[in-house]
Amino acid sequence: MTTRVIEGSQAAAHAVALCKPKVCAMYPITPSTHIPEELSKFVADGKFDTSFIRVESEFAAMSACVGASATGVRAFTATASQGVALMHEVLYAAAGMRLPIVMVVANRALSAPINIWNDHQDTIAERDSGWLQLFCETNQEVVDTIIQAYRIAEDERVLLPVMVNMDGFTLTHTYEKVDIPSQEEVDAFLPEYNPKHAYLDPERPVTQGPFAFPKPYAALRIALNEAVNNSKDVVKEIHDKYAEKFGRRYGNGLIEEYKNDRPISIVAMGSVCGTIKGVVDQRDDVGLLRVRCYRPFPKEEIKKALEGKETVIVFEKNVALGMNSGAMYSEIKDVLYELEKRPKINNVIGGLGGTDVTMQNINNFVDRLKEADGKVELLRGDPNE
Amino acid sequence: MTEEVTTGGVIYEPGNSAKTKTGGWRTFRPNFIHDKCKKCGICVKFCPEGIIEIKEEGAVADMDYCKGCGICVKVCPFQAIEMEVEKK
Ligand code: SF4
Ligand code: SF4
Repeated sequence: MTTRVIEGSQAAAHAVALCKPKVCAMYPITPSTHIPEELSKFVADGKFDTSFIRVESEFAAMSACVGASATGVRAFTATASQGVALMHEVLYAAAGMRLPIVMVVANRALSAPINIWNDHQDTIAERDSGWLQLFCETNQEVVDTIIQAYRIAEDERVLLPVMVNMDGFTLTHTYEKVDIPSQEEVDAFLPEYNPKHAYLDPERPVTQGPFAFPKPYAALRIALNEAVNNSKDVVKEIHDKYAEKFGRRYGNGLIEEYKNDRPISIVAMGSVCGTIKGVVDQRDDVGLLRVRCYRPFPKEEIKKALEGKETVIVFEKNVALGMNSGAMYSEIKDVLYELEKRPKINNVIGGLGGTDVTMQNINNFVDRLKEADGKVELLRGDPNE
Repeated sequence: MTEEVTTGGVIYEPGNSAKTKTGGWRTFRPNFIHDKCKKCGICVKFCPEGIIEIKEEGAVADMDYCKGCGICVKVCPFQAIEMEVEKK
């Protein structure tokens, strides 16, 4: 292990190289560009042995990852925003074909208007694709999560692609102290990928991604749904194994509770949770429930963590247009519906297009909403709002 | 009956498309008139399903897979094939 002060994207690139993907198919897009930049530097310096494919678009990047993974090797890509959107069709194919690709998304707003800064609309739009989605709070967590992601994805109980979400700029372009595990440590944790379901062997030809008539199609979608649901236990288990070996844990791997024994609970994802923890430390009425694993959605764990709360405030960086709320608000409501005594629940949408979310903002919305129920607020980015 | 599926729908048995009989999709069927057939083999080359064979009596299609597209009718230089409405 070495401790370094590096940029989030560089830290992500170090973690990726330690996982030794045989194919990296990448197309640069802000704010994820430094990841391919750093990886191609490793390749040029002779430190990283991979087929680095400079593709002509994100659609091609994900298609190349699908092709590579279908031959039975580890594949990696990184992207953001419009890049995720351009991959949309292939993301569904990757999950349906059960290919354990890992992708880092430097979360960024979607057009129009064009905007390069952070929010979560890009990956929330892919929530039903069958990809697992893990949201990181810090750059250290990004490093640890990338290494865990390959082991989760390739686990025979899972065999699904995984998105590691890191907030654009807030994490990708921020220099932080990061512990980078050694190659020996990562090799001992992450065995070689040796697939039994999808690989290329001319001696034993197979068909992958075939056409399916209605009944086998339905059966495969049902199997995919089950696989995504069942992956929850594996996400947790591998997080715990990693924590044992490397000494760092993030809640239980699915959710992280921070002083969440208080009457009000803020539910949120990503780097803003650091700011929320700052607010929690200053007050005695509010705690944090950080959702680390967004897909599969850890319903049982969330239900338990919110049971008995007076008020829940879901803070999120996406808008489900036409629903007049964020996507996670509906999902948390779904979970709370099963409780006999339901907490009051409100929704704050903020940080859109990179607008700052200040401690003042958080204090203010907690004060405004602690007695409210069913209120949805959209913040405009004024630091005192 | 529940459908048995493999992880990701991978098919481990190559060349199994012959098991799927596509002839049922047909609304028209080619009728080969062997008296006129010169066994030139043009229809064999053009049939997109690859299911026409030249036999002793003339060109014969495997009706388990003929989709009734009518391409053979168009390309036959001797009007030895006619399209009819599939009655089944
Ligand atoms: S109708 Fe079409 S599919 Fe049938 S034999 Fe003729 S060319 Fe082939
Ligand atoms: S193209 Fe006509 S003449 Fe030639 S083989 Fe076919 S049916 Fe016979």
